[in-house]
Amino acid sequence: MKIEQYLKIRIMSNLAINTDQSKSEPSSTDEFIKGLWKENPVFVQVLGMCPVLALSNTAENALAMGMATAFVLLMSNILVSLLRNFIPKEVRIASYILIIATFVTITDYVIQSISVDLHKSLGAFIFLIVVNCLILSRAEAFASKNTVGKSIMDALGMGLGFTLALFSLGAVREVLGNGSIFGIALFPEGFQVWVVMILPAGGFFTLAAWLLIFNMFKQKSTTS
Amino acid sequence: MNEESYSQIFINACLVNNFVLAYFLGICPFLGVSGKIDTASKMGAAVTFVMLISSVCAYGIHAFLVAINAPFLQLISYIVVIASTVQLVEMFVKKMSPSLFKALGIFLPLITTNCAILGLALFQTNKGYDFYQSIVYALGAGTGFTLALILIAGFHEQLEYAEVPKVVRGTVLTLMVAGILSLAFMGFSGLGSN
Repeated sequence: MKIEQYLKIRIMSNLAINTDQSKSEPSSTDEFIKGLWKENPVFVQVLGMCPVLALSNTAENALAMGMATAFVLLMSNILVSLLRNFIPKEVRIASYILIIATFVTITDYVIQSISVDLHKSLGAFIFLIVVNCLILSRAEAFASKNTVGKSIMDALGMGLGFTLALFSLGAVREVLGNGSIFGIALFPEGFQVWVVMILPAGGFFTLAAWLLIFNMFKQKSTTS
Repeated sequence: MNEESYSQIFINACLVNNFVLAYFLGICPFLGVSGKIDTASKMGAAVTFVMLISSVCAYGIHAFLVAINAPFLQLISYIVVIASTVQLVEMFVKKMSPSLFKALGIFLPLITTNCAILGLALFQTNKGYDFYQSIVYALGAGTGFTLALILIAGFHEQLEYAEVPKVVRGTVLTLMVAGILSLAFMGFSGLGSN
């Protein structure tokens, strides 16, 4: 039961931004747009950090991971919202985790069949999508209370926002750390790459820098 | 089977490939919780404890799944077993030692959503560790997790008194500190190998 309390606190604090949403009924496009900017899962809500930091070392990995997460998010949101009247309240967290785990297993096999190399470079992090707080919190906070159509829009927006954030991190790290993007060299021979950027430390620094930029925007818009 | 010695496994999991600073596992609670050294060490102890138990469980499940030839059930059974183990451990500790239960408090149930636990179970399966190696691996990972958490909490306590610009406060500052620590831990690379 305490897990639920924790999740509730977590979700409440994350959704404190959109409490005004209940006043006027938001349209489907609003549900879609909010994930991209106002409630961006990575930059604003700071959810699901493990894959964000671990797999943003190249743009390709980041994009693949973002798309895999978005797929799981979409499917679990659809299923949770379809079953929202049938799942007993007491076991809902466990049921959500089971639903998510099923789709993650499917994703794992799909990626393996598309590209073995990609599957190898993503490694165990595909499985770790299960414990990505983003997916569970969307299931709990949104899909379990809204219609299928809205849940789809929400999942698409959040998924795209997550993918974009991952990609923006991955692109910066690959360009600076490897001198290339999607494996295509960008700089002439003499370019000295910043090795630190593809190391774990680079992940922390790049994410810190992006969050800093977002904070500055936020501060500017509140003061002016 | 994996041929690494116990000390190698421990050093690898604890320092060289620190779960927090090299694999980024268990960052979520760590960005939220780590503020005081006291709470950080309790959280670390709780995580280490659950890691040990779930590592033993994961070893058993893996052996069973290999026996019935159903690898696709791996993830689902791991997550279910970990979640229920945490619940069981919580009930057990509550009954056997109320004082310990009070000391761990909210941290015990919180651990289910910690990716470090599931990550540990998956990595030990991938690496093909045997029973004792798995236990040493769990101990090492737990110690490393606690170490990283305490270090960051220590920085946090000091930075409370520093004059930091308002935009940098909070998550950004924690991430920067974590980045610097991660750089420092790079110095350990090569320590556990032959």
